[in-house]
Amino acid sequence: MRVGVVTFPGTLDDRDAARAVEYAGAEPVSLWHGSDDLKHVDAVVLPGGFSYGDYLRCGAISAKAPIMKSIIVAAEHGFPVLGICNGFQVLAEAHLLPGALTRNADMHFLCTDQTLKIENNSTMWTNGFTLGQEILIPMKNAEGNFNCDDATLHELESEGRVIARYVGVNPNGSRDAIAGITNKRGNVVGLMPHPEHAIDLLTGPSKDGLTFFTSLLHSMIAG
Amino acid sequence: MGKIIVEVMLKPEILDPQGQAVGKALPRLGFTFAQSVRQGKRFEIEVAGDPTPAMLADVEKAAEEFLANTVIESFVVKVEK
Repeated sequence: MRVGVVTFPGTLDDRDAARAVEYAGAEPVSLWHGSDDLKHVDAVVLPGGFSYGDYLRCGAISAKAPIMKSIIVAAEHGFPVLGICNGFQVLAEAHLLPGALTRNADMHFLCTDQTLKIENNSTMWTNGFTLGQEILIPMKNAEGNFNCDDATLHELESEGRVIARYVGVNPNGSRDAIAGITNKRGNVVGLMPHPEHAIDLLTGPSKDGLTFFTSLLHSMIAG
Repeated sequence: MGKIIVEVMLKPEILDPQGQAVGKALPRLGFTFAQSVRQGKRFEIEVAGDPTPAMLADVEKAAEEFLANTVIESFVVKVEK
């Protein structure tokens, strides 16, 4: 199985994302923002970083990149997409996921290991977790404050589309302590913290993050 | 040459920690006039000749799709004389 990892100008975590794909047992394929060629990959990861220097709004310029045109069309047909941190911001700006990620409530750049509770284990990226499982993965962002209007929040909550929530003190002011969400179909997932940094105890606080990537393999094989 | 202005502001219900930080710094500098501060963006777009209604409609579309994120922001389009 081939999993694309997109590099935008200013992307930081593409290598770690590719490494996580490899650890999970799939072949990482490097994709470039300026091309619309998905190179026949079976899924895509939009990694973290500061694409386009966070100019205009985080993820706003990347959301209009040629590669995103192909990803948006594919995602609407069930193609699996995981957006991590800046990748989540890109998915929100591309309207593949609702809401927006705004400045952290206390203005601080957060860099910490964060406990999350898995609240939906039926998506293509979370099916390997048990419901209610608590995981520990790194988080590092300045614009991780999930915002949306009341109607959207109600829709997300009533449809069980919050995939993970922050445990303990809400670190950034996100509505309902939301750390990650999915689209209706469960193929597009956005997550603010970084599972790709938690796949090996040598370099991360746990191996919990690897399950996002093995979940994908499982759903592709089962599906 | 004409100039079209697009001003983008966070919607009132969206927390603006940048504006708040500026608002808190003002009194420290001796400026006591501000009850609250909100921070936004201003785009100055130069165009050839006087802006036409069709051009303004296009700018409006660009603001809606790109310059502002209408999930969290509102915008106004103006022509600068």
